[in-house]
Amino acid sequence: MVSLVNDFVIRFANVNGTGSASANTLFAKSIFRMGVPVTPKNIFPSNIQGLPTWYEVRVNERGYLGRRAGIDLLVGVNPQSMPNDVRSVRPGGYFMYDSSRPLDKSLIRDDIHYLGIPMILLCQKHFEVPRVQQLLKNMVYVGALTALLDIEMDVVKQLVIEQFKNKEKLVASNHLALELGFQYAREHYECPLPIRVQRRNNVGDRIMMTGNTACALGALYGGATVAAWYPITPSTSVVDAFEKYAHRLRTDPQTGEKKFAIVQAEDELAALGIVIGAMWNGARAFTATSGPGLSLMNEFLGLAYFAEIPAVLIDVQRGGPSTGMPTRTQQSDLLLAAYASHGDTKHPLLFPATPTECFEMTADAFDLAERLQTPVIVMTDLDLGMNEHLTAPLRWDDKRRYDRGKVLTAEALERIQNWGRYLDLDGDGIPYRTIPGTHPTKGAFFTRGSSKDEYARYTEDGEAYRRNMDRLLKKWHTARDLVHPPEFFQPKPQHPEAIVFFGTSTYAAIEAIDELRAIGIELDAMRLRAFPFCQAVYDFIEQHERVYVVEQNRDAQMRSLLLIELGVSPQKLIPVLHYDGLPITAASIVGQIVKHHPAAAEWLSTNGHSHVLT
Amino acid sequence: MTYLRPEIRHPESKRNALGYTRQYYEGALSTLCAGCGHDSVSGAIVQACFELAIEPHRVAKLSGIGCSSKTPTYFLGNSHGFNAVHGRMPSVATGANLANRDLIYLGISGDGDTASIGMGQFVHAVRRNLNITYIVMNNGCYGLTKGQDSATADEGSKNKSGHVNPFHSIDLCGLAIELGATFVARSFSGDKAQLVPLIKAALSHQGFAFLDVLSPCVTFNNNPGSTKSYDYVREHMEVTAALDYVPEKAAISADYGEGEVCAVTLHDGSQVILRKLANDWYPSDRIAAMKYLHETRQRGEILTGILYLEATGRDLHAMLNTHRRPLNALSEEDLCPGSAALERINAESR
Repeated sequence: MVSLVNDFVIRFANVNGTGSASANTLFAKSIFRMGVPVTPKNIFPSNIQGLPTWYEVRVNERGYLGRRAGIDLLVGVNPQSMPNDVRSVRPGGYFMYDSSRPLDKSLIRDDIHYLGIPMILLCQKHFEVPRVQQLLKNMVYVGALTALLDIEMDVVKQLVIEQFKNKEKLVASNHLALELGFQYAREHYECPLPIRVQRRNNVGDRIMMTGNTACALGALYGGATVAAWYPITPSTSVVDAFEKYAHRLRTDPQTGEKKFAIVQAEDELAALGIVIGAMWNGARAFTATSGPGLSLMNEFLGLAYFAEIPAVLIDVQRGGPSTGMPTRTQQSDLLLAAYASHGDTKHPLLFPATPTECFEMTADAFDLAERLQTPVIVMTDLDLGMNEHLTAPLRWDDKRRYDRGKVLTAEALERIQNWGRYLDLDGDGIPYRTIPGTHPTKGAFFTRGSSKDEYARYTEDGEAYRRNMDRLLKKWHTARDLVHPPEFFQPKPQHPEAIVFFGTSTYAAIEAIDELRAIGIELDAMRLRAFPFCQAVYDFIEQHERVYVVEQNRDAQMRSLLLIELGVSPQKLIPVLHYDGLPITAASIVGQIVKHHPAAAEWLSTNGHSHVLT
Repeated sequence: MTYLRPEIRHPESKRNALGYTRQYYEGALSTLCAGCGHDSVSGAIVQACFELAIEPHRVAKLSGIGCSSKTPTYFLGNSHGFNAVHGRMPSVATGANLANRDLIYLGISGDGDTASIGMGQFVHAVRRNLNITYIVMNNGCYGLTKGQDSATADEGSKNKSGHVNPFHSIDLCGLAIELGATFVARSFSGDKAQLVPLIKAALSHQGFAFLDVLSPCVTFNNNPGSTKSYDYVREHMEVTAALDYVPEKAAISADYGEGEVCAVTLHDGSQVILRKLANDWYPSDRIAAMKYLHETRQRGEILTGILYLEATGRDLHAMLNTHRRPLNALSEEDLCPGSAALERINAESR
């Protein structure tokens, strides 16, 4: 078997609710601490206890962080899923199991290696309490992997110390469990395996963080004081993290008073209503939700659009439609979010690809929402939100000031003679707003979702209605140059074909570009970062003969947005889709693009995808 | 129909402590039907705010959708207003209140807006003890869509087209008491003497002050056989206690007979003085209030006045322990932890 130093995928098959998560995280983090890029992904059920759950870690020293299919080593400690788990190991790979009881003969394949570790027997010998035995079983397999994969034991032990801080007893028992697994593997197997880890210096100053935590920090740094939400997977941990950090960083040390308010609303409708009420009244507020919640928020999104009230939403997308696959990832709320609510409505969307961008774009979303006086939706997904990603450290410029947009102060109201809430004084479609309580006699107006004139007076006059709708469109055009421009991967177009992607499809797309180049297909690349699309997006598409649009949904929703908004030729935009609920892979992208390149397709079918970059 | 309101007012109109006339608290001219109960409620709100000498710009008036929700246009023209979507005013008011705890929040809703489409938001605003005066202008029907029964229409009540309502009605006061509201009252648009002091007390109360005001729909539900008509309500009103609102804490004067008077001091020091109390009923006894409500209902009477009052309840801000400065007044220095704190978070994430 070829050596797979710092280039392999390991999957853990566990029962959820058995404490495996912290052991698996420890495993991934120890490789990260050895300077080797890792991508851990949770593949979990919509359930609290007792069902199969998987944790997959891709180790790749070249820094490809997308998911890769094909499992090199599987740690199978869930009897329920074991037949499928054994089947999922690639030929020549390894299957680690608890050999306290013999493995059923039906689970024996002759093309893979078996690594039996008597996990529970070792625990029973050294620990008394049955619950502790079960928990530490997870640490035994981490210990065995430490030996088998040549991971530095000191690194693993240090992480245990950090995790349990001052709880010496826990540290000692966890260290012992690690040693038990380590020694057993050393004594019974040739260590290390060809699959192994070697220390590198390939992670630099990057951090490991989930997108949801980063969004929460973005909201905190962006000055959000009101968070209203309704629990829904996979967005719940956004508010959890906001509460954690706000509690730490925004509580008055003397009085214990909080400079923030979090309300768990009765539903998503109310959650957005609270956000709108707070932002109408001059505070910065946000909600975090997922597709089903966004569906419910449609009514309020229309109000905020038409009454021109800022709001920030974080949509952590999951598999739809309806309840869909609540614990799987997708990029399938694009059309819903872009045009949410009845009537003519459009909403700016931001597409972060990394936790670092989750942080930056969430903070930016408050500036944009207030500048544009409209809801802004940060579109992340379960993969980005709930999995830890290797990402650039978060940075904040202390000189940065919040852009509160066109808000009139009491002094400004004194000066202004002709103020109308919906008057376009600057020609950018953005009017001036006032906050209740600002001035004793000036600036009061009536906010409503019904048609009004420039002075916020209710009207059913068709001309006044049209003027207002046209101004809103002008504001939309203003937004094109305020939202985040796309990222280009070449100084200027070099090839007739191009690839377009966004969000978490980025990781796999970047790997796919390299792979395609290796088999003779050269592509220019553009990463979309926001909707509405600016001129540069249009130009890039116009400059290419064929553009592959990569996205994780069935209906090519981003492609539809490009067609609707830019009016480019539909023949030119080729959908590259992935929608089984697991994060997209480079192989999936390559497989779809080579279909348009017969020679490369033939090479690929002869040699196989795994040989593309070797 | 267009209206012209005479702009000339008596030069010696009475002025309040701030020097404002009653006119200053009015809004645009009403476009509701002539004789609509809602206009009387608007008038009572104007009167109450004038008498309390409230600064109009310190009031935020919010409403949902429906005839009643149109009324904020017709009072307090110098206050900010927010016409939200149908049944969702409570959440918008919750957000507004969280952003600035120092304003006075006045929520206006109707029986359709609150008891049907907005029921979910209403009950949760109650249980959070949101600091707001929440007035339902209750006429038992949907006026804007031409008179369909609402959820507060009484069983057996007949509407204009002769249809008899077969469903149980929802008693919003009973519900509010059950859910822990700290101020619950019912009144009648045609009884200004009762309504104005009730609104003043509600506006002075810290916490959720709920007022269910029977406000007949002259166009669709003022016919014989309707239990929400002017005549029916007038003939069936029963009062828990006559009410005086005293702006500042004052000694109870001697002309109240002993044992018949109960004074409740509100959060801002003002007092609600209740006279001629009904037997076995005291304002802060939740169980007695529920019993009284059920008994009068069984007799076919409509219980009005303050039904329940608890002046010491903790409002949403107290429950969340938010900063005493309004959240919308916090500066960037208060809100942004800065790059040094972020570096620590980065370090924890390696």
